[in-house]
Amino acid sequence: MDKVLEINGLTRTYKSGHGSLTVLDSVSFELMRGDTVSIVGPSGSGKTTLLGLAAGLDAPSSGHVKLCGYDMGSLSEDERARVRNKHVGFVFQSFRLIPTLTALENVTVPAELQGRKDAEKEARFLLEEVGLGDRTDHYPAQLSGGEQQRVAMARAFINKPDILFADEPTGNLDTDTGENIVKLLFQLNETAGTTLVLVTHNLELAAKTARIIRLKRGKLVPEQNEAVAHA
Amino acid sequence: MLKWLFTFAWRDSRGSRAKLFLFVTSMVLGVAALVSINSFGDNLRRAIDFESKTLLGADLSMESGEPFPATIEAIIDSLGGIQSRRTSFSSMAYFPKSNTARLATVRGQEPGFPFYGKIESDPPEAADTYLFEKGALIDGTLMAQYDIEIGDSVRIGNATYTVSGKLIQTPRETAAIMLFSPRIYVPLADVDTTLLSIGSRAEYEIYFRLDDIEDPDAIVESLSDTLEAHSIRADTVEEERSNWDQSLTNLYRFLGLVGYMSLLLGSLGVASSIHVYIRQRIQTIAVLRVYGASSHQAFAIYLIQALGMGLVGAFLGSAIGIGLQSMLPVILGDFLPVDVEFSVSWSAVLIGSAMGIGVTLIFAMMPLLDIRNIPPLAALRTDFDQENDRAKNKRAKWLLFGLMALLVTVIAVIQAPTLTMGLGYSATVAVVFALLAGTAKLVMRFLAAKPPSGVSFVIKQGLANLHRPQNQTLMMVLALGFGTFLVSTMIISESTLLGQIDLASTEGKPNLVFYDVQPAQVDSLVKLVEESDLPVIDRVAMISMRLTSVKGISIESMREDTTSELSWAHRREYRSTYRDYLTESETVLEGTFEGRYSGTGLIPLSVEREVAKQLEITIGDSLVFNIQGVDVAGYISSIREVNWRQMQSNFFFVFPEGSINDAPAFHVVMSRTETPEASAMIQAMVVKRYPNISSIDISVVLTVFQAIFSRISFVVRFMALFSIITGLLVLSGAVMISRFQRIEESVLLKTLGASRRTVLQIMTTEYFVLGVASSFTGVLLSLAAGWGVSRFVFEANFIIPFGPILLLIASVIGVTIVVGQLNSRGVYDKEALDVLRKET
Ligand SMILES: Nc1ncnc2c1ncn2[C@@H]1O[C@H](COP(=O)(O)OP(=O)(O)OP(=O)(O)O)[C@@H](O)[C@H]1O
Ligand SMILES: [Mg+2]
Repeated sequence: MDKVLEINGLTRTYKSGHGSLTVLDSVSFELMRGDTVSIVGPSGSGKTTLLGLAAGLDAPSSGHVKLCGYDMGSLSEDERARVRNKHVGFVFQSFRLIPTLTALENVTVPAELQGRKDAEKEARFLLEEVGLGDRTDHYPAQLSGGEQQRVAMARAFINKPDILFADEPTGNLDTDTGENIVKLLFQLNETAGTTLVLVTHNLELAAKTARIIRLKRGKLVPEQNEAVAHA
Repeated sequence: MLKWLFTFAWRDSRGSRAKLFLFVTSMVLGVAALVSINSFGDNLRRAIDFESKTLLGADLSMESGEPFPATIEAIIDSLGGIQSRRTSFSSMAYFPKSNTARLATVRGQEPGFPFYGKIESDPPEAADTYLFEKGALIDGTLMAQYDIEIGDSVRIGNATYTVSGKLIQTPRETAAIMLFSPRIYVPLADVDTTLLSIGSRAEYEIYFRLDDIEDPDAIVESLSDTLEAHSIRADTVEEERSNWDQSLTNLYRFLGLVGYMSLLLGSLGVASSIHVYIRQRIQTIAVLRVYGASSHQAFAIYLIQALGMGLVGAFLGSAIGIGLQSMLPVILGDFLPVDVEFSVSWSAVLIGSAMGIGVTLIFAMMPLLDIRNIPPLAALRTDFDQENDRAKNKRAKWLLFGLMALLVTVIAVIQAPTLTMGLGYSATVAVVFALLAGTAKLVMRFLAAKPPSGVSFVIKQGLANLHRPQNQTLMMVLALGFGTFLVSTMIISESTLLGQIDLASTEGKPNLVFYDVQPAQVDSLVKLVEESDLPVIDRVAMISMRLTSVKGISIESMREDTTSELSWAHRREYRSTYRDYLTESETVLEGTFEGRYSGTGLIPLSVEREVAKQLEITIGDSLVFNIQGVDVAGYISSIREVNWRQMQSNFFFVFPEGSINDAPAFHVVMSRTETPEASAMIQAMVVKRYPNISSIDISVVLTVFQAIFSRISFVVRFMALFSIITGLLVLSGAVMISRFQRIEESVLLKTLGASRRTVLQIMTTEYFVLGVASSFTGVLLSLAAGWGVSRFVFEANFIIPFGPILLLIASVIGVTIVVGQLNSRGVYDKEALDVLRKET
């Protein structure tokens, strides 16, 4: 299974008070195992929407998403959840740790949803990896933003996902901390062979990925232009 | 996986447990009420079963309004066993020491009764000795009122007794019954028999101890025809027990229904808190969904928390209920015929807990259902708004709503004394809730109206707070409003009832009645009254009679014919009068009132409306009465409406002048006194000269009514307290859950330059308005209910007791402010930095 993500003619429209608003318009692309890609575009261009659809968090108005071989459109919501649990990792701009759980417990959640017995061991290992081995029992409120994001990354990797989605993972962090996070992200991606999908405003960060997908008012901007610009 | 769900549910509750505990306290009192009342009820029934023989005090009793005729005496002889007779009658008791007199129920008792249980007296031995020393046992309230001491004398008729002791408890009588007419026990052998002459209302009773030789129920069964023919009531232990069982079960189950109301209110409060709690958990739930939790798992996590809350609430409620149970005998004691021992009924605890958990869970289901609609996408968007997805769950919600209605009804039917009452109760609850919610919404809308310019910032801000997002204002108004409604309705009914009696004592109307006056005594009594400078307002002859046939069919044959049902109107003894005029309280509805009898043919009669309905008679129908053994035939010439509320001698049948003037009659003489002293003086004077004449003062009636009503109203208020406290707990929970919002608001205000004082004033305004909205909602609705009660139950003028109601409103507002402020402690002192760092 080399194609990890296949997006085909993806369209998302929202009904508004009068008429409808097309937020994403016939977007198609494919990602292979181990690919790194960033999605860039101005605010409101549909990046988050695309990410949500690709991960099966939302249903498209038309078009198809095939994630790790599963046709997401033909699955029920709970079946999509199971696919996500097995194959997908997530990192959010605002971390989204569960405030009532310790760092360790936050990391174990995806593994425990799978019923894995080694959840805690694996979580400790990953927290060690991200440099928080001594903060396992701290609650999110006791951690800085950068530390919280590292916990979130440990959580994203615990089920060894085939693909990782990150929506502006450095958006809420200062430049230095952000860079550390990015370094860690690529490092984990490399060792685990995970496909990485990164939404960002930061062109410097985007340049670090092998591919850049540009969105403008919900439409894909042909990639050749980007290649030319780089050349 | 199940284990993980429990673990997660437990972990997720970290930091909120105090909050969740506070929410759950709302339902605790409902469970406590149900557990305590039902457990007490179980004990009560056990006590009645266990002591059933002491309820009657004998194996069998017979009662008659006249001395037992020869046929019955023969039967009594043949029944054998040990027998004890008793004759009861109303008469004036005169206390020489204080020169006062009071109408009382006198029981002339033969030794022996009660065969089971005993008469409790103070001193205890008096209950035995009074029978042999021409003594008297007197009701404790009466002794206190008239300052009677043991050793004093009391005169009844021409017999004088020495007070042997105070009456505490006797078989067949509760403290509440004794309030109507105080009891005096004297030896039967020493009763002045002239008091029992024709016309006076005496009850002849005989009690049997049969020692299991014969089955009393079988005896009653086999004698039923003979007994009925002579209008004799027979009672057995089994009958007495089942009567008490029925009425006491009705009483405690009814109270249970009032307690159930606070469970409903509390559960609604819990549900409303859970609703807000879930909204605060949206991000957690969304992240779980992103990482692969199914909607069912997310739902299950919070269902587990709700279940845990229900269990904690049920446990706590049961514990409090068991504690409260020990208070109930004190509160209900006056209504009970037996002493109830304290013991915990575990079945009541189990049922109460199950009801609590069931109702709380099904109410909590409504907000929990929303969890299934929280999409994983919410994790990507900070400004996720659930309202968009409302429509999605509509079918499930309607289904749930139906289930809720069903469960609420089923529990009501289980708790209610009868099926109809249970159904009626749930229908009433639905209507009351709808009305309360409607009124609350109206009041809220009124308050939400844009305040006129010039209103201070503090007030504007306080009002706005009630409409902050996720507010639970409506819920609180509902709970507090209901408690207020109950109390206020009681206050209004009480004042309407008492006002009615007051009205009767207005000028020109009689307030003192002498009755059982013999024809020969009338003129001299009138003279005595007039010589005391008191007016004689009315004098009426009263003739006792019974119906022997209606529309040509004899009562005898109707009794034998099983297809026709005899009503009270067929059976009762009537006291009728003759006169040629209508009184102020009478209006003719049909026919013409004929005031004079020509002397030949059927006598034209005037009948009261309700009796006419019961007897199924109309104008022209014929009746035959038996007056002292003489048949008197008449026909209906008019049907009257009678205003019974006037203190006046009112009659079911009025005969014309010249028809029964010569029949043996008793007379009633009415007067009016302006002071209690004057009233006491004339009564004492009359009873000394004419011991057979009874008298009653309106103030006595008033006190009796007041005493009885205040006991009932005390019980209802006690139950209303559950609802009010529940309302305050809901308020505490609501303040707690909005604590973070409040802290943010207060920090923001302070940052903008508001002083601590201003912030405090704003919060106080908020609680003040909440109190106003709740109390007004409750009072408005109770005015409607009170109007209904006075119009249709008491048929009286509607009187609004402004003083007590204003006091009630002020108390509700005051308590709301105090509880609100207590729960907001510390909110104003939070530093801005703390707020930015974390959510509490
Ligand atoms: N539920 C919704 N209803 C209507 N419009 C929506 C909804 N969700 C998103 N949109 C619109 O879709 C468009 C794309 O939104 P999206 O969040 O995908 O943009 P974005 O590229 O992620 O922007 P940003 O860089 O600011 O995060 C925006 O115009 C947004 O207003
Ligand atoms: Mg975005």
